[in-house]
Amino acid sequence: MIPSVKEKRPLSPHLQVYKIQITSLLSIMHRGTGIVLYGGSILWVLWFLALAAGPQSYYRMQEFLLNPFGLIILIGWSFSFFYHLCNGIRHLLWDIGFGYDMPMVRFTGWTVIISSFFLTALAWIFGILYERIWL
Amino acid sequence: MKFESNLRRAQGLGSAKSGLHHWVAQRITAVALIPLGIWFVGAFIVLSTSPFEVAYSWLSSLWTATLAIFFVLVLFYHGYLGIQVILEDYIPHEFTKWAFIITIKLFSVLMALLAIVSILKIFLS
Repeated sequence: MIPSVKEKRPLSPHLQVYKIQITSLLSIMHRGTGIVLYGGSILWVLWFLALAAGPQSYYRMQEFLLNPFGLIILIGWSFSFFYHLCNGIRHLLWDIGFGYDMPMVRFTGWTVIISSFFLTALAWIFGILYERIWL
Repeated sequence: MKFESNLRRAQGLGSAKSGLHHWVAQRITAVALIPLGIWFVGAFIVLSTSPFEVAYSWLSSLWTATLAIFFVLVLFYHGYLGIQVILEDYIPHEFTKWAFIITIKLFSVLMALLAIVSILKIFLS
């Protein structure tokens, strides 16, 4: 293409000119949580490495994870997981042809938001209870 | 000035004819990650506060070690596929885009291998 034409080419409007709606917000969050989960997977690899290296490095890792900063990472990570899981199931339902009309899109969207908060809370309550009762 | 007809310029610019495999692989790994992910996140929430011996003996079971390796493979495959799409969407510069895609692909393989070797080391000791 001729450079001067390419430079003056009008660009289609992007995110900043649109009002945020539940459909776009959930779509953006799916990508956002996906990136967070990739970062979390790297943390998992480091945890496996620490466990394989022995008790000293394992407890150093645990100390990092269980201080306030580490707990924020763990809770944010688990929320990202449950969000990506619920919205991922919503995507798979779309892939098999279910739930395309707008009322249903909004309904499944709100279901995803509520259940990802609920599952995150449930997982941590279960985790704390499990630790108290069986360990 | 190009001595080509409009038809000649348009030919071959259609689909890349290789996107279906990416799409299908992303869905298959997504389905596999539903049970594997729930199992592993649950295990990790418990293990994050456990003493060393508990976490170590957890991975010394044959089934746990096998499923953990399976999980890591599917996880990094799915993660790579997702990051690749994001890079393709937001980096318009061809060279930069491909540099990032190749880097994230090799990095994903490296991360998966590191985790697998660690799991095998724990399992075999």
